[in-house]
Amino acid sequence: MKNLDKNEYFFGHKACAGCGGALAVRIALKTLGERAVAVLPAGCMSAVGFNFPQLAFANNAIISTFAGTASMLTGIVSGLRARGETGFTAVGFAGDGGTADIGIQALSGAIDRNDDILYICYDNEAYMNTGVQKSSLTPFGARTTTTPAGDRIRGNIREKKRMFEIVAAHGISYAATASVGYLRDYVEKIRKAAAVRGAKYIHVLAPCPTGWGTGADETVELAAEAVDCGLFPLREFSDGKFRVTIRRTPNAGAIRAHLARQGRFRHLTEEDIEHVISLTAARSNHL
Amino acid sequence: MKKPYLRAKSAFSIDEYPDSASFTAGYLTTSNGGWRSLRPRPDASKCVMCGQCYLHCPDGTIYLDDATGSYAVDLDFCKGCGICARICKPRAIAMIPESAV
Repeated sequence: MKNLDKNEYFFGHKACAGCGGALAVRIALKTLGERAVAVLPAGCMSAVGFNFPQLAFANNAIISTFAGTASMLTGIVSGLRARGETGFTAVGFAGDGGTADIGIQALSGAIDRNDDILYICYDNEAYMNTGVQKSSLTPFGARTTTTPAGDRIRGNIREKKRMFEIVAAHGISYAATASVGYLRDYVEKIRKAAAVRGAKYIHVLAPCPTGWGTGADETVELAAEAVDCGLFPLREFSDGKFRVTIRRTPNAGAIRAHLARQGRFRHLTEEDIEHVISLTAARSNHL
Repeated sequence: MKKPYLRAKSAFSIDEYPDSASFTAGYLTTSNGGWRSLRPRPDASKCVMCGQCYLHCPDGTIYLDDATGSYAVDLDFCKGCGICARICKPRAIAMIPESAV
């Protein structure tokens, strides 16, 4: 960590105080350095980074179409290669909606072609930029504006999509899950990914104080807690094999405490919480 | 250390708009300091130089001040989220209300 680039490449942006996504982008760019070319689709990080005449990125950065993060990365790699450039990393930063819903076909295509790109999905578990709408990566029970909590339905009735497994199922060169609560692990995974030639995917959990109903200072703690209680396992996929990088056994008490401190889960009944715990235990056995 | 910095010019006239879709990187015209209601105050005597505050700042506003050799906060861009104070094991960062400064 000491040899991380001292320069700041994502600075002066307009993200909310305590933004997990901004931390994920900042640390990724510090790891990749000046020669990283960033692609951002519609989403929080493009909305807060590019406010003309401001440009909060110090490296080359561009906004893509919502669905086209991965295809623009492909284009950038081919274009720079055609100009004879070497030693750069084409990196995409898309949110959970931009990855698992809207950008999934472009991502799938890029992985299939095994283009030399690094795709980072910062997962804040809903469309936060437009005011907290459910995405397919919103976890069970979470209250969003499109899955409100009432007497009959208590928040999101669907489980979080298993995006990491979907990406791995392509037989990708390298994929990993990470959390802004475990920055050392996150940086190691970015370094590992940058050294691999071919398509790479990193899924980083990035809490959102605005959408999760938590304090601005709790972001990092929540991201670490989600890993520690077993809700968000840190894993890697390479050479066709899955590995768990930080192993934690799901703990019912810790899951309960983790849910209780977030505004989006406050309406959950005992039955709902039991359901979350059993889902987590089932997934853990699967690992 | 390099990072995006504030430019003297804050307003644009219409003929200064770029004629292509590209623009200077690292170009800032407004500060974020006014967002803050709490201000971090690092105490160098309690600091163990672990750098965790610097690493975890979502805005990258904490930096190692070469002149003093200790960590300092760029108050033009700190939003006062308090992650630094919370991550600090020796509790060397206090969050002071802006009204008390």
